Amino acid sequence: MNWVGHYNYWGAIFLMMSGFYVVISRGNLIKKLIGLNIFSTSVFLLYITMGKIKGATAPILTEASQLTASPQIYSNPLPHVLILTAIVVGVATTAVGLALTVRINERYGTIEEDEIRAKDDSL
Amino acid sequence: MIHLPIAQVIIPLLAAPLCLLFRSKHVAWTIALCATWLSFGVSILLAIHVTTVGPLSYNIGGWPAPWGISYYIDALNAFVLLIVSGMSALVLPYAKKSVEIEIDDPSQPYFYSLLLICITGLLGIAATGDAFNMYVFLELSSLSSYALIGMGPRRRALTAAYQYLIMGTIGATFILIGIGLLYSLTGTLNIHDLALQLRVNDILSSENRTLLTAFAFLTVGLSLKLALFPLHLWLPNAYTYAPSVVTIFLAATATKVAIYMLLRFCFGVIGNGTVFQMTLGKIILIPALAAILVASIVAIFQYDIKRMLAYSSIAQIGYMILGISFATTTGLTAGILHMFNHALMKGLLFMVMGAVSYRVGSVYINDFRGLGRKMPWTMSAFVIGGLSLMGVPMTAGFISKWYLVKAALENGWWDVIILILLGSLLAVVYIWRVVETAFFNPSHEHEEEESGEAPLSLLIPMWSLVIANIYFGIDTSLPLGLAQQATAILMGAN
Repeated sequence: MNWVGHYNYWGAIFLMMSGFYVVISRGNLIKKLIGLNIFSTSVFLLYITMGKIKGATAPILTEASQLTASPQIYSNPLPHVLILTAIVVGVATTAVGLALTVRINERYGTIEEDEIRAKDDSL
Repeated sequence: MIHLPIAQVIIPLLAAPLCLLFRSKHVAWTIALCATWLSFGVSILLAIHVTTVGPLSYNIGGWPAPWGISYYIDALNAFVLLIVSGMSALVLPYAKKSVEIEIDDPSQPYFYSLLLICITGLLGIAATGDAFNMYVFLELSSLSSYALIGMGPRRRALTAAYQYLIMGTIGATFILIGIGLLYSLTGTLNIHDLALQLRVNDILSSENRTLLTAFAFLTVGLSLKLALFPLHLWLPNAYTYAPSVVTIFLAATATKVAIYMLLRFCFGVIGNGTVFQMTLGKIILIPALAAILVASIVAIFQYDIKRMLAYSSIAQIGYMILGISFATTTGLTAGILHMFNHALMKGLLFMVMGAVSYRVGSVYINDFRGLGRKMPWTMSAFVIGGLSLMGVPMTAGFISKWYLVKAALENGWWDVIILILLGSLLAVVYIWRVVETAFFNPSHEHEEEESGEAPLSLLIPMWSLVIANIYFGIDTSLPLGLAQQATAILMGAN
């Protein structure tokens, strides 16, 4: 088992857990969204890492590569493409989340979770 | 015929921007109505095709299956498509009046557009045969439902939508991780190719750890989306504070589609009889039973009846998951059948809530006093929906309970049978509270004006569901036939 060689995965796990912790522990709605972003970004790293092969190049067929006898190693481009879609989804989620936060701020006058709860209970 | 699978998804998708283009609430509603009825027609054609000819596949852009995205419709897909498009076709006629009083005029085109996008997402999940595509459609439907819930008339709708957004995104990210790990194992995203590669490469039999992790992530992520008991926290608030139409639509379809995904991944991809499945059955059995008991008991103590029905939804999801956790043919049939029957009864009950809040303004238990006389049609619809929820014979609910008990009998799990019946008994209690208040309690003395019966455009969809609840309780051939075919496909996947 190559522990150090898998540093990308460790990075992904660290980001995921710290993002998750922020989502759970913070009461501020914006901070929660930041945590959520870190959480979902870690998955992007996980996907990209999967597609990468050490010493491999982009999967483009050039004349030079056709001439060489040894077979060229390519990285898998598909995870990158998938992650482009996931990034778009992430941006959309953040946008909806921020829009909701703005509306919450308009209606409640605060974006702290405990204050919102107190205002709801007082009714 | 060939283009039916893509037409199913593309019709509501194209109609959504059209709604925004005209900026008139009447035009937007008409477009949405036409789109949902068209897609309902398409899903009926698909169901006929699947039952008579066989599965239908469609390669997008002409790229063949393992490389391109392919849509694949078999009995299970057709069944879920029927539920989603059928419910949306019923909800739209209902929507016009209900939306008019709950959402201000300029936002209405946006509302219909979002509703259509949500329908697109749910139909897309059920139509596609590609795992990543499924994730994208899941997010499409979730994002639009966050916005739809946030449009609720009370300010708590906003916090409910935010809470749902946080939990829903965590669930979706878990699903994304699961799909990614599956891809790293097999190098494919096509559902059928995934199942094939897992077998060909001997990944299934070797108790691969990555596979175990992938399914752990998928199961937890999907359980969040379908509100399985300890992960249900987003559901009561979201259903309570959303606009009536959104609650009807989401309660009838959204969780069912998540259950479909669970079935697809756990039975369609890893197949029956594997180690994963045996453990899965044991893992989800306890939350399912806990959901039936705890959520039913909590429902009894609710004053907001919409919230009570939301808790009852969690209990009903427990029944569906219970059927799946048996992992036998009868159990799966019961679970899949209950998806259909629950859509009928919960759609009906939430439609009653919409009609009551249309006339009375809110749906607290006290508002129901004397409603049995003032709104006889609405409240008798509630009684029939309630009977179906309890599982009284001659209603749709009875059929699914019957199959659940039958499945439990086959396994010889007597304690589970007792819990199923106890759950029904608890349903009697919480439905009776409302019926008693509506029919036997005198109305408020200080009555300002007579609030009459709900308008016809609310009553007609409601009573079509009443008729459906009774019809499918007597003649079960359509849902049962499809559910049995779907089960055969899922069980034969190994």
